[in-house]
Amino acid sequence: MKTYTYTEKKDTRSGFGDGLTELGRTNPNVVALCADLVGSLKMNTFIDENPERFFQVGIAEANMMGIAAGMTIGGKIPFTGTFANFSTGRVYDQIRQSIAYSGKNVKICASHAGLTLGEDGATHQILEDIGLMKMLPGMVVINPCDYNQTKAATIAIADYNGPVYLRFGRPSVPIFTPADQKFEIGKAIQLQEGNDVTIVATGHLVWEALEAAKILHEKGISADVINIHTIKPLDEKAIIESVIKTGCIVTAEEHNYLGGLGESVSRVLSQHKPTPQEFVATNDTFGESGTPAQLMEKYGLNSDAIVKKAQLVIQRK
Amino acid sequence: MSNTQQLEDLTIQVRRDILRMVHKVNSGHPGGSLGCAEFLVVIYNAIMERKNGFDMDGIEEDLFFLSNGHISPLFYSVLARCGYFPVDELNTFRLLNSRLQGHPTTHEGLPGIRIASGSLGQGMSVAIGAAQTKKLNNDKHLVYSLHGDGELQEGQNWEAIMYASAKNIDNLIATIDLNGKQIDGATDDVLPMGSIKAKFEAFDWIVLEIEEGNNIEAILKGMAKAKSKTGQGKPVCVLLKTMMGNGVDFMMHTHAWHGKAPNDEQLANALNQNPETLGDY
Repeated sequence: MKTYTYTEKKDTRSGFGDGLTELGRTNPNVVALCADLVGSLKMNTFIDENPERFFQVGIAEANMMGIAAGMTIGGKIPFTGTFANFSTGRVYDQIRQSIAYSGKNVKICASHAGLTLGEDGATHQILEDIGLMKMLPGMVVINPCDYNQTKAATIAIADYNGPVYLRFGRPSVPIFTPADQKFEIGKAIQLQEGNDVTIVATGHLVWEALEAAKILHEKGISADVINIHTIKPLDEKAIIESVIKTGCIVTAEEHNYLGGLGESVSRVLSQHKPTPQEFVATNDTFGESGTPAQLMEKYGLNSDAIVKKAQLVIQRK
Repeated sequence: MSNTQQLEDLTIQVRRDILRMVHKVNSGHPGGSLGCAEFLVVIYNAIMERKNGFDMDGIEEDLFFLSNGHISPLFYSVLARCGYFPVDELNTFRLLNSRLQGHPTTHEGLPGIRIASGSLGQGMSVAIGAAQTKKLNNDKHLVYSLHGDGELQEGQNWEAIMYASAKNIDNLIATIDLNGKQIDGATDDVLPMGSIKAKFEAFDWIVLEIEEGNNIEAILKGMAKAKSKTGQGKPVCVLLKTMMGNGVDFMMHTHAWHGKAPNDEQLANALNQNPETLGDY
């Protein structure tokens, strides 16, 4: 069993901010837009270094999405920044028509996704955004797991021509992926090899999946752990190959089980390799105020929850 | 093309195209299409600086965005008559597997279209974005856009209108088709908007009015003036007063033809009022 440790915790939004800073230095076509959340999105350095390539639109997300679509005409690569809720549900039709249907090269960068936004509560804690965005034809959906991976993903999507939804979060989480790991859109990363159960996780739940695998190991259960940073296009091959080996699967995400990663996995498996599956996800509910750790505990989105679901799904084999 | 007679002839042919397109598929929006026919013919042929051929980026040429995408029959006819795609393709309007979708889209790769529109209120933001990219590229060309008056009921417009003046988008000429009508009736009955002129002025735009929005000379003069107002630190708005259904007597003075196609008899009547000039497709 591989050992994963960390020396530092950092928020994934800082990975976005630092990735954007690097793009500002390396890609003259990258422009950034923000709807009055510059500090929250960690965009300050990009703005300081490239004031002419930054566009503050004020609290007007619909306008921001339309402007971003228009900016692509003439070769710019716009990165929009606001909270996940205001990046998706609030502006769904603008994204659908002006960006997705129009095939525009816009990168929708969404912070404070999920319950771990914390104390602001359910108005801001979107748990439906992966579903909304993955249903748009042609939209790539990425949910990286830590600071390093978020930074790498931010840089990688500038080289991909087409609309992308990049989802990240507010809290500090362990940095455990290598700083030099290349980000490949749609390519799952195998973190642990195991034979008894597959755990496929995305975003903040990837670290929890590694913690769960340790606990399971102590109980004599070996888990195959896969980091699915890209929910669409989904690395179907990696998932199918893993369940051929293990015969059961747990999916883990900071999202509603309706419309999330778990359902995408279910679709693939029901078509190609019907397999018992359990879901670590919110259960068709809104969130509430609380600390991130309290919320993840209450809504069953941590390593303990993954362990329980793994034990359950193994019995269903 | 700047000869007024040529523009008149083209307008009549465009009217015929619009009527025949919507009649064939018994759907589409002839009223607003006819109302803006003179305007689109004039800007594409006598106002905008356009390159030959089409590429999406449109660098070093003027760009046009149609926000009220339902007047697609007009847009398609003008694009075809300007050589962006074969005129015969107008035959495929709204048919299965056509590039001429009910509302304009980039999705099928139709030359001349740079954004999908139809869901209203989005075109102003897109035009502003394209105008800002022109500034970043040090491209001195202009961005034109067209919007319905009823469309201004969509709130996104006002976000965009506020932004455009705040950011000194002075390479944009946004034209509002003031025909006073929308699907459910007169805009003053559906949702009175008060003075659109006063509203744009309050948002610090330069506002020009073309009182005779179906008169080619008036449009030529008005749009030349609009061009002269660009580059002065403020976005330019043109209020174009038009007659929905213009050029077909029974389609004028009513909102009934906003989204309804003529039957065989009505088509014959309408075409008789607009004898063929440049050849039907």
